[in-house]
Amino acid sequence: MLLETQHISKRYNRKSILKDISFTARPGHAVALTGFNGSGKTTLIKILTHIIRPDEGGVRYHLSGTILRTEEVKQHIGLVGPYLQLYQELTAFENLQFAARLRQVPHAEKRIGELAEEVGLSAHLNKRVHAFSSGMQQRLKYLFAILSKPEFLFIDEPRSNLDSAGVAWVYHLLEKYKQDRVVVFATNDEQDLTYADEVVAVAK
Amino acid sequence: MPMRWWPLLNEIWVLFRKDLLQELRSKAALNAIFLFALVTLTAVSYSIGSFNVAPDMLAALLWIVIVFSGLSAFAHIFLKEEEAQTADTLKLIARPTTIFLAKWAFNVLLLTLMLLFTVPLFIGAFNFTVYHPGLLILTLLLGDIGLATAGTIIAVLIARAARRGALFSVLSFPVLLPVMIIAISATKIAFRADPTDLFISEITAMLSFDIVLLTASLLLFEFIWND
Repeated sequence: MLLETQHISKRYNRKSILKDISFTARPGHAVALTGFNGSGKTTLIKILTHIIRPDEGGVRYHLSGTILRTEEVKQHIGLVGPYLQLYQELTAFENLQFAARLRQVPHAEKRIGELAEEVGLSAHLNKRVHAFSSGMQQRLKYLFAILSKPEFLFIDEPRSNLDSAGVAWVYHLLEKYKQDRVVVFATNDEQDLTYADEVVAVAK
Repeated sequence: MPMRWWPLLNEIWVLFRKDLLQELRSKAALNAIFLFALVTLTAVSYSIGSFNVAPDMLAALLWIVIVFSGLSAFAHIFLKEEEAQTADTLKLIARPTTIFLAKWAFNVLLLTLMLLFTVPLFIGAFNFTVYHPGLLILTLLLGDIGLATAGTIIAVLIARAARRGALFSVLSFPVLLPVMIIAISATKIAFRADPTDLFISEITAMLSFDIVLLTASLLLFEFIWND
């Protein structure tokens, strides 16, 4: 299991956002992306997760000895980011069930129940997401991302909107996931960086 | 590699069900399409008044009501994903083909409901006889599919565009025009007491247009969606 990025560059309106970014992430070797606001961390995460295409360079996902094809990659990715919203008109359970059915998660209801218990959302599963606080929505986004136990986990701003208990849970998750999965996160927080094995500075 | 149909159909159903659930709770597209249909129908029936209108004119008026009501709701299907910032979430968990087919099925359903509401009201308002109801139903069905296909592919183009404004009406007009022309022509035949020989060629043209448009939309969608 390996994530390999090679010479990624991206421009918007002829303005260079990312220039020649290369790194490798693997289990036991979590990568943190740092850089000042507007340096392109989010753009890089979106390129890594195939939401947008780079102008130059590429991303390779290695899994079980093969390189995943573009259409296969998304089945193995989990992403948490401020730009990824959940469906506000649906309940927390319906959102998670939607993801579980598309990702064909076995015993989905049991897994949803267990995860919700872990982050303290059990009592709120039947509430619509628009009634959630930003912190609860962030916890739900984590559940949405890890429901299918993805081999590759990407987190943009791990602590965003979370209280101290939420941050502790995220750090526990990072510690657990980075042992046997590929973890890449974007942050400028010193405490977050202690969970990284390699820090990649993103600069224009 | 052989196409695995069951996972594909299941994915389309899950995505369609999500849109349906959202719509039943927000009623945004339903309100838009039904209100627009009612307002257009009222405006048309008041302006025509008690004049004795020829079947050819009635066919054109019916399709004007249908197309303009449909336009008011089609853009919503992808715009809501962009505005609620759920488009990237959708990109991460579903395949482009299934996203398109689920959205298309939703627009077909929306338009079908609108037709079930509008067409009887239209016939009642103008108090005329439909000589070939079976032919009218077939025309409405094929027109429904054509309009929903054009509406869905244009909707994603608009949703991805930076300046949306009145783009939907402008872009959809050339795509919708062929469907409208053939549908009006077929509806004229259904409204007349004359023999229906010409109907076969109209229906064949509509069916061909629907198949070509749906195939082209399916092929194009991935490029627009992922751009």
